[in-house]
Amino acid sequence: MNRKAKNKSPNLRVNLAGISLRNPVMVASGTFGYGEEYAELIDLNRLGGIITKSITLKSRLGNQPPRIYETPSGILNSIGLQNVGIDSFINEKLPFLKRYNIPLIVSIAGDSSDEYVELAKILGREKVEGLELNLSCPNIKYSKKLMFAQDPKMACEVVSKVRKRTHLPLFVKLSPNVTDIASIARICEQAGADGVSLVNTFQAMAIDVESRKPILSQVTGGLSGPAIKPIALRMVYEVHRVVKIPIIGVGGIMTARDALEFIVAGAKAIAIGTGNFVDPQTSIKIVEGIRDYMVKNKIGDIRWLVGSLQSPKG
Amino acid sequence: MHLDGEILENSEVGPERYKLVVYCPQIAREAKPGQFVHIRVSEGYNPLLRRPFSVHRVRGQEFSILYKVVGKGTEILSRKKKGEYLDILGPLGQGYRLAELASNISQSILVAGGTGVASLLFLAESILASGSKLPILVLIGAKNREEILCERDFRRLGCRVEVATEDGTTGYKGLVSQLLEKLLSPRETPRKPLVFACGPQEMLKRIGEISRRYRFSCQVSLEERMACGVGACLGCAVRVKNSPYIYKRACKDGPVFDIGELIWE
Repeated sequence: MNRKAKNKSPNLRVNLAGISLRNPVMVASGTFGYGEEYAELIDLNRLGGIITKSITLKSRLGNQPPRIYETPSGILNSIGLQNVGIDSFINEKLPFLKRYNIPLIVSIAGDSSDEYVELAKILGREKVEGLELNLSCPNIKYSKKLMFAQDPKMACEVVSKVRKRTHLPLFVKLSPNVTDIASIARICEQAGADGVSLVNTFQAMAIDVESRKPILSQVTGGLSGPAIKPIALRMVYEVHRVVKIPIIGVGGIMTARDALEFIVAGAKAIAIGTGNFVDPQTSIKIVEGIRDYMVKNKIGDIRWLVGSLQSPKG
Repeated sequence: MHLDGEILENSEVGPERYKLVVYCPQIAREAKPGQFVHIRVSEGYNPLLRRPFSVHRVRGQEFSILYKVVGKGTEILSRKKKGEYLDILGPLGQGYRLAELASNISQSILVAGGTGVASLLFLAESILASGSKLPILVLIGAKNREEILCERDFRRLGCRVEVATEDGTTGYKGLVSQLLEKLLSPRETPRKPLVFACGPQEMLKRIGEISRRYRFSCQVSLEERMACGVGACLGCAVRVKNSPYIYKRACKDGPVFDIGELIWE
């Protein structure tokens, strides 16, 4: 590469609540395990960051199969937070991830605010860059029937309690299964969140009409994939109008153009979920596609694009 | 590995049943019997996910799969033409364990239900290539004569082949699991057969019961719905014994499992 071309190379680096990402493209929680499987297929060091599969204090077996079902342009899943638990994560999974030079955001999930606090304290002693509070898994049972991200009081309680006990950047994974996602995002910001990730999956179902039984063992599951992208995008747009903290945009992103839509709507970073299953190279291709777009449109720095949505008139 | 493969042949070999031959030296070189390839059949979003297929045969720099049209994905695949390219992940998963073919084994018995026969032909070829002198008995079951696949291929390899059809149009009239039980020696012998099976879950369940009664080991290849195919999404969970149980991944820990470790849902 000659000097001139180098100077023209656009800057994709973003600062996400103090975490420096080499590009805004991350992989979403629950779709990338703990990196081991995809490390055989792609160069992890080219990703902006990894958000791990959610970890709980104790290991969880997960839900009874069937757990997945394909719908037009989407996937229904009901995995049920199957994971190895925090101790095995630290001893068996984290050392592998730390071999890579890539920011790590660990997703945590609990049954109570105290469990989130406990997990945050344990991870505060490890070399990780941030925490994502999964307050929005649609596939586990909650004592008050609502996910924490559907209950403003509980969301506020979890975020503020964890905030007091950790210096790690805190991102809150929001649920789209609410009337007003922007107000929940505001509450999380006021409670001390450093950023919000949106959205988790949409509660949905499918039925086998021959047996007239639900396809998934848990009756309902969470819908992801291109089917939800326009709704996720609208939600990012709405949240961006009311919060100052950075947004990680998630929801059916398959291409660089999809990613750019989220960035223009206000996402400072984006995460690929279902796209990893369809093509393991999705995230890498999106990094390249964003760079190509910036070169073509003479945009020197990705920051200029974040929230750059123009008025429909004029 | 994430590869492109050129279609050399995609021909109908039975009612709604196709054989697809792909030029792909890496997979032809690396694949082991029981492993699968995960194929993206459409560049669009419907269907969205890849489709898993057992490797059916390997020849030089080519591999083939044998499949039945069961839905939109396989329907699209069946219309692909020679010269088109496929986006393939593979070979994936843990295949059949040939090392269990030790001296205390009397013979290998390969039991196929429907298109489950696909991976067993590759297995028979690999057993023979390994230099094993143990006899191979192949039992193929299907609904009717037309749906019996690969009978001649196994015979050409020198295997003894018995066929079962539900309607009795050829071979034994009944289920292939019943045929298996009929052919097993009721005498207590020190040497037991080693059984390899692939087919519908009901068939595998029955073989599981027979394996307990006759005390032979049996490796089964499961056909589960999968999303990622590489072990990340945990969608293809299979319940296995582990005081009392855990879920393993059909795609990464399988698709071949010991029948004794499975707990049927």
